[in-house]
Amino acid sequence: MKITTIQELLDAKVLCCEESLGKHVYSACGSDMMSDVLAYVKDQAVLLTGLVNPQVVRTAEMMDMICIVFVRSKMPSPQMIELARENGIVMMTTERRMYDACGILYTNGLIGKKVVHV
Amino acid sequence: MSEDLVFHFDVDGENFTSAGQASVQVKKNLRQLGLSPEIIRRVSIAMYEGEINMVIHAGGGVADVRVNENYIEIVLEDHGPGIKNVEMAMQEGYSTAPDDVRSLGFGAGMGLPNMKRYTDSMKIDTVVGEGTTITMRVNLV
Repeated sequence: MKITTIQELLDAKVLCCEESLGKHVYSACGSDMMSDVLAYVKDQAVLLTGLVNPQVVRTAEMMDMICIVFVRSKMPSPQMIELARENGIVMMTTERRMYDACGILYTNGLIGKKVVHV
Repeated sequence: MSEDLVFHFDVDGENFTSAGQASVQVKKNLRQLGLSPEIIRRVSIAMYEGEINMVIHAGGGVADVRVNENYIEIVLEDHGPGIKNVEMAMQEGYSTAPDDVRSLGFGAGMGLPNMKRYTDSMKIDTVVGEGTTITMRVNLV
């Protein structure tokens, strides 16, 4: 799925790195607990979260993720947006709640791979 | 690489916002060395969890990363309260972190288990009331 499709499906507002909207992603992860995100390696490319602090961007960076979607209309600080921009991570915000946002992406084909626990 | 490369960082314990900066720098350094993305990810995630732990529990500390032909070694040293029960702390879901840490997205009891999961060896030296030193290695051969 292209990142631009995620933006359209979730009717999300893009906050930075618009130039990367054409990139393809194959799996996603939804969580407010960053350690849970860090526990699973499956080439997750998209992080959906309701948590707003700079550690969200750092977690995405550690996991080589390329897109962060904030649910429930959460809005990151300018510093967070800048941090994402520096790392080439597309950041967007949607009114959708976590359950809805994940469900929409999943039913539209962002299914991902089996979780690999190393 | 004929000589070991060593990176040293001071981890500020007062600032949760900046926590993880050392791990970010290590990730950049390892990329420059041309190591595989998987190795880089394992090292940086393990170090990041350790760094967060030092900030949450120990008021900061120091981090040293050594790289040679055979392995990458991460040593995290703090002078915090120490770990009372290492066996319990290694269980997924066990946490002594205060509730306000959970609202920041951490403190789910996954830090130490994640560090062990992503490294080939992990050693915890801890003395209650004195501090903790964690030594992790990721093998390159």
